[in-house]
Amino acid sequence: MTTTSAPQRQARPEVELDRVTIRFAGDSGDGMQLTGSQFTRTTAVFGNDVSTLPDFPAEIRAPAGSLPGVSGFQLSFSSADIFTPGDQPDVLVAMNPAALKTNLIDLPAGGALIVNEDAFTPANLAKAGYDSNPLRDGSLKAYNVFEIPISTLNARALEGLDMTAKQVDLTKNFFALGLMFWLYERSMEPTVEWIDDKFSKRPVIAEANRRALKAGYAFGETTELFHTQYRVAPARLAPGTYRNITGNEATALGFVTAAQLAQRPLFYGSYPITPASDILHSLSSYKQFGVRTFQAEDEIAAIGAAIGASYGGALGLTGTSGPGLALKSEALNLAVMVELPLVVVDVQRAGPSTGMPTKTEQADLLQSVFGRNGDSPVPVVAPATPGECFDMAIEAWRIALRHMTPVVYLSDGFLATGAEPWRIPDLADLPDLRVANADDPATFRPYDRDPETLARPWAVPGTPGLEHRIGGLEKADISGNVSYDPENHHRMTMLRQEKVARVAATIPALEVSGPASGDLLLLGWGSTFGALHSAALRLQAAGYSVAHAHLRYLNPLPANTGEVLGNYRRVLVPEINTGQLRLLLRARYLLPVEGYNKVRGKPFKISEIEDHARALLEAS
Amino acid sequence: MSDPRTTAADGPSLSAENAAVIQLTRKDFVSDQEVRWCPGCGDYSILAQTQKTMPDFGVPREKMVFISGIGCSGRLPYYMNTYGFHSIHGRAPTLATGLKAARPDLMVWVITGDGDALSIGGNHVLHTMRRNVDVKVVMFNNRIYGLTKGQASPTSELGKRTKSSPDGTIDHPVMPLSIALAAEATFVARSVDTHTEHLQATLERAGYHRGSAFVEVLQNCNIFNDGAYREFTDREVREDRMLVLEHGKPMIFGKDRDRGIRLDGLHPEVVQLGGGVTEADLLVHDEEAEDPYLAYMLSRMWWPEYPVPVGVFRNVERPTHDELLTSQIEAVIAQRGPGDLANLLRSGDTWSVP
Repeated sequence: MTTTSAPQRQARPEVELDRVTIRFAGDSGDGMQLTGSQFTRTTAVFGNDVSTLPDFPAEIRAPAGSLPGVSGFQLSFSSADIFTPGDQPDVLVAMNPAALKTNLIDLPAGGALIVNEDAFTPANLAKAGYDSNPLRDGSLKAYNVFEIPISTLNARALEGLDMTAKQVDLTKNFFALGLMFWLYERSMEPTVEWIDDKFSKRPVIAEANRRALKAGYAFGETTELFHTQYRVAPARLAPGTYRNITGNEATALGFVTAAQLAQRPLFYGSYPITPASDILHSLSSYKQFGVRTFQAEDEIAAIGAAIGASYGGALGLTGTSGPGLALKSEALNLAVMVELPLVVVDVQRAGPSTGMPTKTEQADLLQSVFGRNGDSPVPVVAPATPGECFDMAIEAWRIALRHMTPVVYLSDGFLATGAEPWRIPDLADLPDLRVANADDPATFRPYDRDPETLARPWAVPGTPGLEHRIGGLEKADISGNVSYDPENHHRMTMLRQEKVARVAATIPALEVSGPASGDLLLLGWGSTFGALHSAALRLQAAGYSVAHAHLRYLNPLPANTGEVLGNYRRVLVPEINTGQLRLLLRARYLLPVEGYNKVRGKPFKISEIEDHARALLEAS
Repeated sequence: MSDPRTTAADGPSLSAENAAVIQLTRKDFVSDQEVRWCPGCGDYSILAQTQKTMPDFGVPREKMVFISGIGCSGRLPYYMNTYGFHSIHGRAPTLATGLKAARPDLMVWVITGDGDALSIGGNHVLHTMRRNVDVKVVMFNNRIYGLTKGQASPTSELGKRTKSSPDGTIDHPVMPLSIALAAEATFVARSVDTHTEHLQATLERAGYHRGSAFVEVLQNCNIFNDGAYREFTDREVREDRMLVLEHGKPMIFGKDRDRGIRLDGLHPEVVQLGGGVTEADLLVHDEEAEDPYLAYMLSRMWWPEYPVPVGVFRNVERPTHDELLTSQIEAVIAQRGPGDLANLLRSGDTWSVP
């Protein structure tokens, strides 16, 4: 952040920036997630490209002022296309000492640090483990520090309202938000509308939040603390109508859309689990689309009910996160055996076991591909960005319906809670997902197969003359009767493998961004897209022969995957796990694919990928 | 399904009139699969009584679904010429719940056993009952794991010596009907595999109940737990050692109809009629009582302290899970109109890029 030396009111200079990254950090009771999402919304409507990374503790309210209780929200916005929420903030807003302590490490020297100096009390400093006040001991001199008595100024702005001191204090996040709106020339209007709507039945609270927001904005305008305002011009996005969307929102919308495209009812069985619960919340508010949601007694009941619904001819869907997928594996295998369409959403989080529920990871890939007894092939798809969650939800159903198979849809915590502008699709451009039920008693055989897709017929109860029995025991080819015949088991095992292999016939080829052959291919999957893509662009700009490709289909892989890998001298697979895709690629293609693996519960930074790739390129 | 988005909200239409029109017989419900239980197993009788009872509902075969878990009981769907789903251990109620939620028009039966329903699947029985999912759960209780060749089950008597408990079990058994009642089941009944007429009548009552029905069938496993109930179910002793519950009637039992159940404080006691004790002193069965106290008390009675009660313990009305689910959807559509996908995708703040 640059500053000018001669502060002058009215004629404050504006600095034009391409990209700004802001991090709001405070106590988990300070409303940082709300502050961040309001800034995101306003920024998206303004027309910047934007990408976000909420970072919050699993505890709903850890002790106030404590280090584990710190909640953060980082967002990056730009006048150009951006793909990540930024490696490091340009501006850190720290609402208390604990937030400063846990976040300062990411702020580069010279970065702007806005602190609520009122919160730097001896008690709060002690809770954060500070021996001396960092605002006074000179330890922050590398940064551009703005000490603002946010609590005091905010309380003054709210004087005269019939509120307790505690209620008043809860609005201080909007003071900080108002200040940031001023600093980056954003309109307060979308947030004022949100306040009016949210607190329509509580006029005093609405007034308090409006006053807090406007007081923060006015403070920026009148104080001489800030010498500069910043402009980030709107981005040039592809033409269309846009909205801001998180991965979980896009996932839920994708499934409702898939059901409409298939002209069948959607049934969603789920057990509450972070970070997948928002999908249940969204879908249970879509009853006008006939969506039937079921909060099950456990993960197993959730998938069991989804299988029951699919058996009845609906789109049976279940969603969970890593530990829940482990619980669902037996029932998922039942769906493999009875060959019913089913989609299982896994919003991955850091494991093993309970792990770090609110932190992101990509370590359920092998669980999804292999984590069941027996030879149990299941197609696996993975969106790469929050907006793409919509498309891949539809894709998951396209595959499930076309091949009569369960499909695993792998999202993760970063995609689920991260947001980006999303171009709203035209419904006419979406695929037709309709499939027919079996209805002819003369030709119906439960395990007969479509010659092209190897799908068996979907014979739903209620269809006269098609009464038949299915189950988890091995089925005789064609008749579907229970069979222990050795040759039949071999044949059925191979048929199940082949059916899933044939999914590759209708999935798009793996596309490469950058040179079609060269020194290095960065290959990824899932939410690492932004970091990999940005790193590849930077390396290309620096003259390196580097390309980027991203897999949305993990099982089966696109048919040209081996060919693409073979076009580069080296292939680097960065993953937020210890090398799961790398293992699959090495096994499948017998190529010395290399890994770059970090598991810290955080997304990759662009610079990490860039630096690692550069080192590889220079070493070879 | 014709238009699955408007799946019939009403449950299957059950009636004796329909039955007279459809005119199905037991044979229509016999599948082409060879029955493979051990010779002499009580399951044969349960299968036969089930096949005999199905025509009474007036529901066409294609609208009936039998879903089972794992265990000897789990094979029953293969032998029914209806839709059938032999699922995984303990989870049949979950499949049934999802199926009924998506397809309220079907009549769904869950076939399970004491291990399947009360051990590995205990959680699902509990929640299926409390939700009043419109499924008929028939639990074969042989007090043993038969398919895995003879380990103790959650209903095995304390101290029972089995392959897995050579020195006797140390796990206190549960009473299945007490559990069903505690789980808020709206229909709770018990019958015996070999009491064919009573079993048919009980299955028929369960089938006509709207909501969750839980039927315990005392079933003999002649290989691993032979004679588990012989002491009170054998022809010669059953009238003296079992109590046939009838709604609105005093609780009388015995070959000579000379004994009854009277309340002594909070406890039932067996009394001899005569000598000052009359029918008026006896408890009168009320299966429709809103509170479950009487039914729970009956569910605890067991030979030799008491005659073992059979029949319908509880039969009350409550809205079913699928009715409530469907009515919420209908209410939202009535209020907001059917969903418009293009509008949904555009909800929230939007902006245009030219």
